[in-house]
Amino acid sequence: MSEDIWSERDTTPDAIDSALRDLLRERHAANNALVPARVLNLVVVVDRSWKGEIANRLERVGRYHASRTVLCAVEPGRTTIDARVVMSYDEPTGDALGVILEQVEIDLGEEHLANLDNVIDPVRAAEIPTMLWCPHGHVEAIDSLLGLADVILLDSDDEPEPAAALARAAELLASAYVVDLAWLRTTPWRERLAASFDPPGRRELLPRICRLTARHQASSAASAALLAGWLASRLNWRPTPLGGNGELHGIAHARDHDVEVMLDSSDQVVPGLTGVTVAVKEGWSLALDRAYGGLCARGREADGTETTWQVLGASRGEGGILGEGVRQALLRDPTYSPALACAREFCGAA
Amino acid sequence: MTAVAENPLVEGLERLPVHPTALVIFGATGDLAHRKLLPALYNLAHQGALPERFELVGVSRSKYAHEEFQQIARESIERFSRTKPDPAVLDGLLADMRYVPGVFDDAGVYAELDRTLDELDGKAGYPLSRVFYLSTAPQFFPIIVGQLGKAGLNSAGSRETRAVIEKPFGYDLASARKLNADVLEVFDESQVFRIDHYLGKETVQNMMAFRFANALFEPVWNRNYVDHVEITAAEDIGIEGRAGYYEGAGALRDLVQNHMLQLMALLTMEPPTAFEANRLRDEKLKVLEAIVPPRIEDVSAMAVRAQYGPGVHGGVQVRGYRDENGVAPDSRTETYAALRLQISNWRWAGVPFYLRTGKHLARKLTEIAVQLKPVPHLAFQSQGSVGVQPNQIVLTVQPDEGVSISLGAKIPGPRMRIRPVNMEFHYGTSFVSQSPEAYERLILDAMRGDATLFTRNDEIEALWGIIDPILTAWKQDVRTAVAQYPAGSQGPDEADSLLAPGHVWRRL
Repeated sequence: MSEDIWSERDTTPDAIDSALRDLLRERHAANNALVPARVLNLVVVVDRSWKGEIANRLERVGRYHASRTVLCAVEPGRTTIDARVVMSYDEPTGDALGVILEQVEIDLGEEHLANLDNVIDPVRAAEIPTMLWCPHGHVEAIDSLLGLADVILLDSDDEPEPAAALARAAELLASAYVVDLAWLRTTPWRERLAASFDPPGRRELLPRICRLTARHQASSAASAALLAGWLASRLNWRPTPLGGNGELHGIAHARDHDVEVMLDSSDQVVPGLTGVTVAVKEGWSLALDRAYGGLCARGREADGTETTWQVLGASRGEGGILGEGVRQALLRDPTYSPALACAREFCGAA
Repeated sequence: MTAVAENPLVEGLERLPVHPTALVIFGATGDLAHRKLLPALYNLAHQGALPERFELVGVSRSKYAHEEFQQIARESIERFSRTKPDPAVLDGLLADMRYVPGVFDDAGVYAELDRTLDELDGKAGYPLSRVFYLSTAPQFFPIIVGQLGKAGLNSAGSRETRAVIEKPFGYDLASARKLNADVLEVFDESQVFRIDHYLGKETVQNMMAFRFANALFEPVWNRNYVDHVEITAAEDIGIEGRAGYYEGAGALRDLVQNHMLQLMALLTMEPPTAFEANRLRDEKLKVLEAIVPPRIEDVSAMAVRAQYGPGVHGGVQVRGYRDENGVAPDSRTETYAALRLQISNWRWAGVPFYLRTGKHLARKLTEIAVQLKPVPHLAFQSQGSVGVQPNQIVLTVQPDEGVSISLGAKIPGPRMRIRPVNMEFHYGTSFVSQSPEAYERLILDAMRGDATLFTRNDEIEALWGIIDPILTAWKQDVRTAVAQYPAGSQGPDEADSLLAPGHVWRRL
């Protein structure tokens, strides 16, 4: 990977924009097979002290890099803007094209946040969507950038209280499309449940589900609530607030029966769900739990027969989840909003 | 109890459900399975895209135990998988892989397969869907299908049962019809999935998006504005030791009959009312049936065949086709074919479609170039605008997938002088993501029963119907010398004879 770099202390957004254009022009003139990727702007606002950690997370997103990443590091007391532009590319060989990725790092102060849109607007690629991610809060920055952002990336599992996290997601959803990493952590589980209930014989069981247990890492209660919210919204259950100490238990009302809903915390190092069990009134149940090489599935028939098998799949890891978040910026999932509404009801929202 | 008609859990998911399936690969130790099918299955497993219960059974002539086949599969996957295998997933995929050895016309093989599949059903506790993937030499297709029928393995009953049949589907029109008849005696058409892996490529599918999701192109996509179309599928490599196959096939069967005519159909068909298997295939069929097959006596005027001779590839001297190992010194098998076709319908009447494919050409390139007619009046002519060219829309399938549109633009300066410039869209710059392998998509579609990207029986026969007279004419003509072109060149000069005045082949 080759890099062209520009940096300047006490600089301005216009100077950064000029540097981006100049670097692109020079690189394209040197090799016209090198062209800039034009997919997505990703604007990230972080605490200066955690800049490296976030940069490392962005490094690990795999192939789903945003084409232009603008990383704003907020440093208390800073009054000036320092910036560094890095253009990365692999020199193409033969007739192939090479793609240039652009990264802009801006060090700025808290005083810049209220008008951060004035800093970001000239620096983003104007003709493509912009995704905003503020993993360390920075509400002022979010408010300032809402007009520029097409998509907001957040992680409802980051907040200690799932109710507050989901409320914040709902609030932002009113202003922009929201990609929630906590929701993306449930994707493989939702896909598996959808597939498990897809054969016609199984589909008939959906209205008879009477128990749902979502097991989650201690800090991922929001993911578990979103999974329960998803099932509730898809199956027309009416959620009621779950209660309990640490673990959330309660019911949702289905059309002609109640569904027992349990969100249980379990030991796991990485964020996300650790397992899910669904059971129907007649005794049939399916449990899926993380295991070596995928999931361990345990099925129980109405007559009590039990079978265990492996469902294959590699873990995406947290890097993969973040990469998926970037990719989802260009897609639209119509099921998140209703799932979020139900999840909030499970968490006690009025 | 009320049945749920649709699965409400599917909405919003990118990955559609696949029902629990046992996949049987005939020819499981062959080259296609080794390089493509087994790695594709691993990648699906890695992504978590295989069904909740998935069983794989290999069938082939070599005598292997289950464990030996598992080891062969492991080596294929480790060598050819596009993602680095995760040992845990790979172990899981291989663990229960079964193998049934035997020759394909031996009824005992199918009895053993039946027992194996029943055992897998028993293990699951319910009937698994069954997909029989025929990845063998084509002469075994009718034999395998017939034996599956005799063994009762074809019946759908309460389970979904499908047969995936690799290309080539037939050798000519008569053999394709015979094979269709043999297959349809055993399976219903809805159970049959004829693969052309080109249709699984993202860029080929994107042709439909390009045409039908953009209002920009449809108004000019007809005889009033299109002057001519060139479809090119050039390879820079030779036959790579595949003389045994290639001598019996040739460029026309290898690429034109399937891939290139499919590209042409997607480019020229009317918009389907829905992106659904039969609606799409109905439209493709209509346009294929509108391509007038040549009369045998007209073939020499609309088709050119040639062979590569000695030449230079990548700076290295290479031998000619007739000097390749396994090729007869007097072989008449074409390594290059060029055609001029017409579509007899209101949209395309009178527009020439030029198709060319060849091995050992100057570079690897698959593209469709649609050249529009020149503007009716050139106001800039008096200003010395010698560079004005008709607009071209070029859809590139490989190596750099994308779309390019040539436009006339003013050269900066005091005079109104025009020259062509390109407006380019490249997948690599607009989607920073890797396209899935065509086989991954197609295997999943077959398991799901979605035939949209597979070829229907009448479509296959329409494709062969276009090619058959050319094959016949070339077979009958044993006296005219087969044209030669130097390896690494643009192709034979004789191909120019197909072009209407003023038309030229695009440079590779």
